[in-house]
Amino acid sequence: MSRRPYRRAVSTTSWWLARPRYIRYMAREVSCVFIGAYTAVVVVGLVRLSDGAAAWGAFLESLQAPVSVAFHLLALAFALYHTVTWFNVTPKAMPVQFGEAQLPGGVIIGAHYTGWALVSALVLFLAGV
Amino acid sequence: MEFVQYHPTGLPGTGILITEGSRGEGGILVNKDGYRYLQDYGLGPPDPWPRNKAMELGPRDRLSQAFWHENQKGRTIDTPHGDVVHLDLRHLGEKRIDECLPMIRDLATSYVGVDPVHAPIPVRPVVHYTMGGIDTDIDAKTRIEGLFAAGECACVSINGANRLGSNSLTELLVFGARAGLGAARLAEAEVSHADEAAIREQAAAGDRVGRLFRNTGGGESVAGLRREMNATMESGAGIYRTEESLSRSCAVMNDIRRRYADVVLEDKSNVYNTDLIQALELDAMIDIAGAVIVSALARRESRGAHQRLDHERRDDEAYLKHSLAHYVAGEDPTIDYRDVVITRSEPGERVYGGAHK
Amino acid sequence: MNERHVDLEILRYDPETDEEPAFQTYRVPCQEDWVVLDAVNYVKDVLDRTLSYRWSCHMAVCGSCGMMINGEPMLSCKAFVRDMPDRIRIEPLANFPIERDLVVVTDDFMDKLASVKPYLIPREEKAIEDGAHVQTPAQLKKFKQYTLCINCTLCYAACPQYAHDQNFTGPAALALAHRYNLDSQDVGRGAREDVVASNAGIWECSFVGACSDVCPHEVDPAGAIQQTKIASTVDYFMGLLTPERDR
Repeated sequence: MSRRPYRRAVSTTSWWLARPRYIRYMAREVSCVFIGAYTAVVVVGLVRLSDGAAAWGAFLESLQAPVSVAFHLLALAFALYHTVTWFNVTPKAMPVQFGEAQLPGGVIIGAHYTGWALVSALVLFLAGV
Repeated sequence: MEFVQYHPTGLPGTGILITEGSRGEGGILVNKDGYRYLQDYGLGPPDPWPRNKAMELGPRDRLSQAFWHENQKGRTIDTPHGDVVHLDLRHLGEKRIDECLPMIRDLATSYVGVDPVHAPIPVRPVVHYTMGGIDTDIDAKTRIEGLFAAGECACVSINGANRLGSNSLTELLVFGARAGLGAARLAEAEVSHADEAAIREQAAAGDRVGRLFRNTGGGESVAGLRREMNATMESGAGIYRTEESLSRSCAVMNDIRRRYADVVLEDKSNVYNTDLIQALELDAMIDIAGAVIVSALARRESRGAHQRLDHERRDDEAYLKHSLAHYVAGEDPTIDYRDVVITRSEPGERVYGGAHK
Repeated sequence: MNERHVDLEILRYDPETDEEPAFQTYRVPCQEDWVVLDAVNYVKDVLDRTLSYRWSCHMAVCGSCGMMINGEPMLSCKAFVRDMPDRIRIEPLANFPIERDLVVVTDDFMDKLASVKPYLIPREEKAIEDGAHVQTPAQLKKFKQYTLCINCTLCYAACPQYAHDQNFTGPAALALAHRYNLDSQDVGRGAREDVVASNAGIWECSFVGACSDVCPHEVDPAGAIQQTKIASTVDYFMGLLTPERDR
């Protein structure tokens, strides 16, 4: 007997290109980079605001640059992608069972969207919009 | 070994089982005319609801035999994978089928392209379970000291001539546990059972493998011989047998046994050699087939899964016995008998259908 | 019966003669209703006796015939040739060492499986005379889905996390741990916690979800792992609030 099990190498850099589902997964994970960057922009904005009206005005001006608009659209797309894909799997992560009946997944997903809308409305209300 | 159970409802071609549960829920079996033919074989009346020991819930042997008769009468349905009858679940409705028989819907849809919600499933009897096996006592001990057997390979005699569905669970859980515990106890006792005979056997087994590896001439193939064995066992020792059909299969099997000596291994590897495994399995199956045929030839009566067209009656006087087939190298096995131990259930007439009420 | 010729590209590896695996192509006449396993069996029976692979039941119950079919882990007995292109690439299950041809070494999975104690740990042994164990349909429903696992290891072959870190306990084992944790007759959650709620357990999972996509019995290991994460997080905070609480 001469066993010699062969272990195939797994690429550490390009493995996620192998299947569409891995690409979708990576897109969801990568969304954190854009959301992080957006958070940094907001923090910069706060600093500029504390620097006075002129600094704030210049900051608002810079946001209107094409590069900035493109970045915000991209960040929005990734944030939405993350939200939708994440909410879609919530029935799996948080199933609700009443007796023998299972709460339909749509209800759980719907509850998340409702919660999201309510929190957003609250934030907007506090912001005085 | 002569008792081989046919499951009455397998898918044609693949032999995938469509569980008894689908008939338990109320599925019906109909022939090509849409007629519930089981009522013609002492299993009626054809109630619209499932009733224990009647119609579709009759015993497996009777249902398989009824198929054979329908087939003889030309009332089955011809398909590329052989003749079938229809198992109709449509009246149960989609909700019930999805709730109680989801796997059946999946299997039928995948493997024969039939959705049982909308169409009847084609089914036919398929070889299912060997009631016989290695003779063991109630502790799963065989006649060879230190060797335990449990499961389908064993015969602890809980099945008789016609096994009931799900009894394999008992064989595995109860006698599997007993076999394991017994073997562990024996191992703990640290008594070596490697006597001279056992050592000789071991050497002989090594020789057998070595011979397979070295064999170069002949060129018989494992797959070819296996196919021929399947065909002759099905035609000669199937649902119904006769002296003539069994003798014919016996001759074919003896020929296959001779030709087996010319099996050549293509695969000479020492690692996970499935060519070798299949050759060794075939070797054992040829012995098993011989035991089935010779036991069936010697049992000149009909009982459960062993049905002789030339001896149609059950004969408790002569054959309320276990057949014991003993291996003889290079020849047909010899058969002797052991009395059946009757405990709580006396053997009686098997009555099904309406008369049972 | 319609016959169609299909080229099977099968990854071959014999440790006694080959340095590394390589593909070998076989042309197989396939029938309309064949599954990939039928085609592989044709190769074995007619074209090449040296091909090694595992299979048994041919009805998606035993879980032994898993292979990578065109890059996707599948049970070859449930992968229909009619759904495939004319060239079918067949490899051993990914993420496991290759023993020979399409046979992989599953020892690691077996160890992981045993490590989560996948059996009932009852509060106390009940004597046969004391009657049956009672479980309501609602209690059964909680975990029934997770009992359908057939240990085919397709989920391990699909999991990139397991591919990159073999210490990961993995989908099937964690799903089975969850199955017993949810069982009303079981009190073994604490005993499983060391393995399950560790960094190599549920917290190694980043919810790729591939395991659930490829599962032939819709067990949904990914869901099971997320549920375990939530339960384990709740446990942690409850532990902070009530340190003396017996878990």
